[in-house]
Amino acid sequence: MQPFTRHTGLVVPLDRPNVDTDAIIPKQYLKSVRRTGFGPNLFDDWRYLDPGEPGMDHGRRRENPDFVLNQPRYRGATILLARDNFGCGSSREHAVWALMDYGIRVVIAPSFADIFYNNSFKNGLLPVVLPAETVDRLFRAVGAREGYRLTVDLERQEVETPEGERLAFEIEPFRRHRLLQGLDDIALTLQHADEIRAYERRRMREAPWLFQDLLAAETGR
Amino acid sequence: MPAQTLYDKLWEAHVVREEPDGTALLYIDRHLVHEVTSPQAFEGLRLAGRRVWRPATALAVPDHNVPTTDRSRGIADPVSREQVETLERNVREFGITEFGMEDPRQGIVHVIGPEQGATLPGMTVVCGDSHTSTHGALGALAFGIGTSEVEHVLATQCLVQKKSRVMLVQVDGETPPWVTAKDIALAVIGAIGTAGGTGHAMEFAGAAIRALSVEGRMTLCNMSIEAGARAGMVGVDEKTIEYVRGRPFAPRGRLWEQAVAAWGDLHSDAGARFDRVVCLDAGDLEPQVTWGTSPEMVAPVSGRVPDPEAESDEVRARGMRRALEYMGLEPGTALADIAVDKVFIGSCTNSRIEDLRAAAAVVRGRRVAPNVRLAMVVPGSGLVKRQAEAEGLDRVFREAGFEWREPGCSMCLAMNADRLEPGERCASTSNRNFEGRQGQGGRTHLVSPAMAAAAAVAGHFVDVRELAEV
Repeated sequence: MQPFTRHTGLVVPLDRPNVDTDAIIPKQYLKSVRRTGFGPNLFDDWRYLDPGEPGMDHGRRRENPDFVLNQPRYRGATILLARDNFGCGSSREHAVWALMDYGIRVVIAPSFADIFYNNSFKNGLLPVVLPAETVDRLFRAVGAREGYRLTVDLERQEVETPEGERLAFEIEPFRRHRLLQGLDDIALTLQHADEIRAYERRRMREAPWLFQDLLAAETGR
Repeated sequence: MPAQTLYDKLWEAHVVREEPDGTALLYIDRHLVHEVTSPQAFEGLRLAGRRVWRPATALAVPDHNVPTTDRSRGIADPVSREQVETLERNVREFGITEFGMEDPRQGIVHVIGPEQGATLPGMTVVCGDSHTSTHGALGALAFGIGTSEVEHVLATQCLVQKKSRVMLVQVDGETPPWVTAKDIALAVIGAIGTAGGTGHAMEFAGAAIRALSVEGRMTLCNMSIEAGARAGMVGVDEKTIEYVRGRPFAPRGRLWEQAVAAWGDLHSDAGARFDRVVCLDAGDLEPQVTWGTSPEMVAPVSGRVPDPEAESDEVRARGMRRALEYMGLEPGTALADIAVDKVFIGSCTNSRIEDLRAAAAVVRGRRVAPNVRLAMVVPGSGLVKRQAEAEGLDRVFREAGFEWREPGCSMCLAMNADRLEPGERCASTSNRNFEGRQGQGGRTHLVSPAMAAAAAVAGHFVDVRELAEV
């Protein structure tokens, strides 16, 4: 996984609460069996005026000039400023892949939906929770000044504003550690394979019905 | 021992190890797999040269992409077909049990798990699908995960998790006739909001919950994610045990006796402490109808579309204005005056046999209104379909003008050919009314199966009790 330490980038404001993962990446693109290539379809229904289907030439599609990502001043943004409950709804990790593929490295919001929050860390996308009043203030600052950039420092757990203000954010130590190092979760867990086996042996004695084999049951018990 | 919540007990029984900051390695008993969120996980295993830790714990089924019309010629859409075929290849390669598209037991993953006894009380159940919370109705810890976590569970049988806070949703009183689990779920979401349960596991308790059937509890737990709670659950009682007894993958003989004895403890202890408690009186509830683009935008059927100008919070007011514009609705409109173009009865929320019985009871002897272009029933599984046909429910629906389809997720998320056209308005028994969820530009109103059936025959939303009484 891509490690995350410190990132400076242009901020794009998406001023709506409850942005769901269906909006982030609509269902027709979930038919892909790959992890890449979702960027052109990030926020597809909002971003384009014509209905999108997989395999279309995105260069030929009609962009919605009113949608914030399409405004020239926000082109190339890598930090998404959002409202409450960002990433709610479907568990599709494609939402995180689409944001990353588009170039977003940080999402700042007053709150995130649990599954999206969790998925972000697995891919090196940093979700930053700041108080609603602070986010509100950032929305005003971004709107007021073109080219508004923020620096997000995971090591120090701070967002630095162009005015030099440092906004502290909380993050669980274990998540922070893994993201800073870009560690592979599975490899980490497999270091504890013996403990997993020991758990299984104990559990098999306590709750043997949990160890019925589905395959064996299928082929005749 | 101090009094524990059901969540505490389920959590504790599955902790393999714990980090100093409380992050735990949690053991997973059952992994449900479908075609949309698994291909990248299997690909990850292949790339890293990893095997599946315990293939016997996984059960796979294609449900999101499958056609609900005649399947004899396979899937017409080549991209959908590739995804379903990829699942077939993956389960063969890694030795996982699958109910394929032609299997009579195929269906929506959250319908077939409990139906087969593949999900049981006391289990940890995961699936790359947010509605995995459904299985919590059996007294299990069940929650949705992303694809990286699907890969993690395949490779290690564990997940890296932090303990959630626990919310008790206490629903007392007696639910009036024709007010269903779906209405309770929508009322709860209306009360606490779609982010109300974020960071929490949600336990449903109280007289009204005990009175629900296990299928009703599944509907309720299914919708807990729409309140932001990754897991929903109900403590085990006699109904749970009776529901599980004799199912194909349920334990038998001595193992059954042992299991039932252990399941007796799967409830919150008296005096257990919850981080938050929300109380509702079921006696006050009416059938619910959503009017906006988030499940929290909901009102009783006797109500009206609210006025954003009366909302004091500016962010919320903007959200409401945007929702009303998308939905093509004016503030103050009576919900009962809203006409529908399509009716969808199905989804992992409401496609079980009791749902179909309730809808059929409303439809029986009536006709779908002329302004309704399409009314369809999509049973949750092949076995639900067969049962409904044995009871003659398919005839009731067909004679009324409904289409009777093959099982799958269908128009809940419109990944297959079933979808709304731009501007079409749908009474739907599914779980999400997000913009574009049922098709780009489609307008979704979430209701119970009986309310959807009532809307189909009336051509507009109507309190099902007005129909049921005549």
